[in-house]
Amino acid sequence: MRRVAGIDVGGTFTDLLLTEQDGTGVAVKLAKVPTSIANQAVGVVKAIEAAGASPADLDLIIHGTTATTNAVLERKVAKVGLITTEGFRDILELGRRTRPRAYGMTGTFEPLIERPCRREVAERMNAQGDVVTPLDEAAVKREAEALVAAGCEAVVIHFLHSYANAAHEIRAGEIVRSVWPNAYVTLGHELLSEYREYERGTTASVNAAVQPILDRYVQHLQGDLSAKGFRRDLLVMNGNGGTVPATLVAREAAKTVMSGPASGVMAAAATLSQSGLTNAITYDMGGTSTDVALIHGGVPEVSAELTIDYGLPIHLPMVDVRTVGAGGGSIASVNTAGMLQVGPHSAGSEPGPICYGRGGTRPTITDANLILGRLDPDRLTAVQSKVSLDDIRAIFEGDLATPLGMSVEEVAAAVIRLGNVHMSGAIRMVSLSRGYDPRDFVLFAFGGAGPLHAVALARELGIPEVLVPARPGLTNALGCLVADLRQDRVNTVNKPLDQVDMDEVKRLMTAQRDSALAVVEEEKAEIEETVVIHGADMQFRGQTHLIRVPLASPDVTREDIQAAFEKAYFHRFQVRLPEIRAVLVNLVTSVIGRRRAFPLSSLLASADRKASAAEAVMGERQVHADGRWWPAKVYARDALPIGASVTGPAVIQQIDATTVIEPGATATVDAIGNLRVKV
Amino acid sequence: MNLHSPPPETKALDALTLAVIQAGLQQVCNEMDIAFSRSAFSPVIAEADDRADGIYDRDTGALISQGEFGLPVFVGTMQHSTGHIIRLIGEGRAGKPEPGDIYIVNDPYLGGTHLMDVRFAKPVFVDGQLFCWLQNTGHWPDIGGMVPGGFSAHATEVEQEGLRLPPVKLFKRGEMDAEIFAIISSNIRIADQRIGDIKAQAAALLVGETRLMDLVAKYGAATLDAAIAQIRARSAERMRAEIRAIPDGIYKAESFVDSDGVVNEPLRIALTVTKTGETMQFDFSESSPPCQGPMNSVFATTCSSVYLGVKHIFPDVPINSGAFEPLTILKPEGTFLDAQYPRPVSGCAAEVSQRIAEAVFLALVQAIPDKVTAAPAGTSGNFALGGFDPVKKAGYVMYQITGGGYGGNAGHDGLTNGCSTIGISKTAPVEVMEQYYPVLFRRFALREGSGGAGKARGGFGVHYEVELLRGEARASFVMDHGRFGPPGVLGGKDGAPNIVKIHRGAETTIPEHLSKDQGLRIRAGDRVEVMTPGGGGYGDPAKRDAADIARDVARGYYTAAEAEALWGRRG
Repeated sequence: MRRVAGIDVGGTFTDLLLTEQDGTGVAVKLAKVPTSIANQAVGVVKAIEAAGASPADLDLIIHGTTATTNAVLERKVAKVGLITTEGFRDILELGRRTRPRAYGMTGTFEPLIERPCRREVAERMNAQGDVVTPLDEAAVKREAEALVAAGCEAVVIHFLHSYANAAHEIRAGEIVRSVWPNAYVTLGHELLSEYREYERGTTASVNAAVQPILDRYVQHLQGDLSAKGFRRDLLVMNGNGGTVPATLVAREAAKTVMSGPASGVMAAAATLSQSGLTNAITYDMGGTSTDVALIHGGVPEVSAELTIDYGLPIHLPMVDVRTVGAGGGSIASVNTAGMLQVGPHSAGSEPGPICYGRGGTRPTITDANLILGRLDPDRLTAVQSKVSLDDIRAIFEGDLATPLGMSVEEVAAAVIRLGNVHMSGAIRMVSLSRGYDPRDFVLFAFGGAGPLHAVALARELGIPEVLVPARPGLTNALGCLVADLRQDRVNTVNKPLDQVDMDEVKRLMTAQRDSALAVVEEEKAEIEETVVIHGADMQFRGQTHLIRVPLASPDVTREDIQAAFEKAYFHRFQVRLPEIRAVLVNLVTSVIGRRRAFPLSSLLASADRKASAAEAVMGERQVHADGRWWPAKVYARDALPIGASVTGPAVIQQIDATTVIEPGATATVDAIGNLRVKV
Repeated sequence: MNLHSPPPETKALDALTLAVIQAGLQQVCNEMDIAFSRSAFSPVIAEADDRADGIYDRDTGALISQGEFGLPVFVGTMQHSTGHIIRLIGEGRAGKPEPGDIYIVNDPYLGGTHLMDVRFAKPVFVDGQLFCWLQNTGHWPDIGGMVPGGFSAHATEVEQEGLRLPPVKLFKRGEMDAEIFAIISSNIRIADQRIGDIKAQAAALLVGETRLMDLVAKYGAATLDAAIAQIRARSAERMRAEIRAIPDGIYKAESFVDSDGVVNEPLRIALTVTKTGETMQFDFSESSPPCQGPMNSVFATTCSSVYLGVKHIFPDVPINSGAFEPLTILKPEGTFLDAQYPRPVSGCAAEVSQRIAEAVFLALVQAIPDKVTAAPAGTSGNFALGGFDPVKKAGYVMYQITGGGYGGNAGHDGLTNGCSTIGISKTAPVEVMEQYYPVLFRRFALREGSGGAGKARGGFGVHYEVELLRGEARASFVMDHGRFGPPGVLGGKDGAPNIVKIHRGAETTIPEHLSKDQGLRIRAGDRVEVMTPGGGGYGDPAKRDAADIARDVARGYYTAAEAEALWGRRG
């Protein structure tokens, strides 16, 4: 018997999926326990026990954590020192002249490394990587000692143009380690060998600031697990959608930031591939925000230009998840112009929607769902003290319906519709702006509230089909179980393609591949297949935005690269520009160790399935849709048989989510247990 | 109410349809913004987002909706521009619109800014009838004229500033007019890259038209028309509600442009805001007369600067012409804020606009101190270096733009190195500049001590120093606040003024006009040093929290002696 647990720690809940595989088949167990905020490790152990297992029984744990994300957002990070090029210690504080919002001359920003701990030494490279000023080694030693004395726990060494020549950073690193033996030394070029000093330096500072936090957390977790008898491997999720061994994860700690949303997208990609689909827009709606990502050709889009918070870009390849500031807690109001408005303010999870009974007094999207019978008031999970539907209706009446001259039902429907309109706008921005047409995709809905809105949202977007996976509320934990091992490498070239030294291209790509393979193969026990993906970031001379172009191998020719770029450019912009030269900006290589396919069909136990849809009916309730009340059957998701069809209006309930099938839509349970809704 | 089919045309619009159409129109504009930037060639558009897109009324040119990612200074200009096109068509001075046409125009006096801001306007037809106009503005990196880039500090008439185009059809029924393009391309520098930008600018309008047609198909032209009228009325009501909360009164303020670049005297912007009930009137009539140099502002830019200042104060009010209805801007005839042909205007969009917005802030902070900040740095910090690189054997024009400190405010200290008031564009990285141009930055640092003292201090400016490595070059500057720092308010002190220094060997010179000059000769080894303004302080410095003063000293923002002098304490 081999037991593997995927455990995702979210803001509210810690989710677990446990697979038990023996000669006869696979069984799946699940658990959902409250996240232990102070020390996430406590909740992790509880989740394992809640699934009726013990850490001692487990062969492998794959873990997603928000420890580093929260540390950065709340600025509860380690004290970090910076040693940098003379004249440039303020780069991290100055940024690139921005403000948080286009309108409003306010805002604040605190860099992760405070000014007294940012120290300068004489040294300088130029853009070609030639030494302009030699490294002042005595100064490095002096400043390192000063940082120790100041109580710093980690250090960043960040020199200008280190992507072109890293010699000074490497030498400075040796000196720092010699006077200050320290596991937390981040050299700017090591994480990201790409130009742009602010972004590279900030990425390094995020790494150093969370390294000690992550290291302590992982050690704590391993301690707690081994105290309970766990002796095997622990893998940790990265934001690139892959996993790394716990022993190595702190070295590149910045890669765990934003790993939570990435794991959900990896689960979606695995589910799509087993469903025979290739294109999806993933839609994970929670209480305060919604995460949206795009999977094309079976592969999640990756971006190296994400921003975790104002002024904190992390330029590492990560699954391109865009967060929209709208969720179930988004507040509806009538503005001073007498117009209905949904968001941007949110009741969040505290106080939350009115129905949570935690002091919320303003109408939210979740409350609107309750009024319209789309949610079952008796099955809300986050309720503190029960609020009657009449009380919620009274607030909708006073705040919205009366001023707008509408009925309570009309206004609740309007709140949901307007929320969907904003959401569809945000989704269009991530799909259309990259040259994709939403109509070529399915909407992959998960998270607590995703399935509730997905069918209506798909209609708004013109997406023909919604897919609700078997366990929409446990998708991130599933992501841990299906995630591949993954290593990414980037090097800047930045030369016109016709001037690039193709031998250099070959050398760089080969070195990228070899160093990434070495890390992935440390875990070869878990891997079924190793895939190497090469690519180039390109642009036409004079442009600043980049396009990622796939390349077959390090032996690629100049003509291959030119042709691939022209094709990709035309796809995105429908414009051909034969008169302008192409520029090769970055070479990128990803090595992916593919894990064995996860048996998704076992996520919902076959024993629970009835013989027909009719037998899965739990009851009936009034649901408001298309401007009227309908009697709608309520189905138990677990009891629906494979192949069953349900025609809207209907509600399909399961422990972790509610799916609303709008009038006119038809849901079918596919061969592996997904709900496939033709909208 | 049926959510999935359009309401009958006759039915009064319900709250939902209205909100959905408003969001839909906004989305059309946002998509135009994104499409334009992502496919443009000029870094000034692609990276700096110096562009904007919007939808305009078919009869009046009034703004219906504008993209949220557009450059703030264009918030009100394009409705003037569309209005002029409509007028000229009516007078037979521009061709009649047909489907597929795109007009090009950059005449500043026809609702523009400076010549580099080139507008494309596309009539949109539904069933053969003109339904609305789409228009976008893109800042071209060159439009001819006496200096590369167009920012001549010494121009005295508009002809010296570049090629001026009245509204002419660059695209006729979907086809580009090669003859007009030939005229344009033989009058501008680096013309070979413009074709890429022209295609991007036109393609953005096509994206907008396609998406707008989706809305027309869904709701019908008549419903959209009714919704647009109602949205405009609602926006006006929303702005009136904000204005009602401002105490009635007369609020006066002044701000100063260092000089016009030709005559070394400050230009005065004198603003009187009269707030009565739910309207505000902006009177600039006491301002300086038209100037010889390029710091004149055309009326469209003057109006737009007021709008963007107000929008910075009330950021939640949606942008359309309704929001501007309660604001009356008296035409400041006879002043430099109502430029007439042939006054040169290249400085109006980048610098004068920011002084106008500053005057709006300084007037209204007296009335609503919780909502308005002390003066921000308020300059785009344009530094251009043009020369010939003997190693690459090629000419180049380098632009460096920098931010400065924002004003302290009721909530917190001012932001450090914030973007110009009118912009949203980022500074290019030092590593990128050094790759492209023969320069080496000796420092790029926070400008210590530059934030104006106050209960909340101003944010800090930037202090950089750049050396020419080889060959020869000419340096030009269009900056401001060199003579006076950004004003503090409510007892706060002014931020530090802008400083430019040229170091040639042991000799250091400061430009005669402090913040503006052109064609300064720079040789290998010479260095240009720039210190951008800090923000104004807000409130009485004596009321500042001692811990904040001590923190600022510990961070080296101020020396202990400076803190003592500014706050009377060291923490």
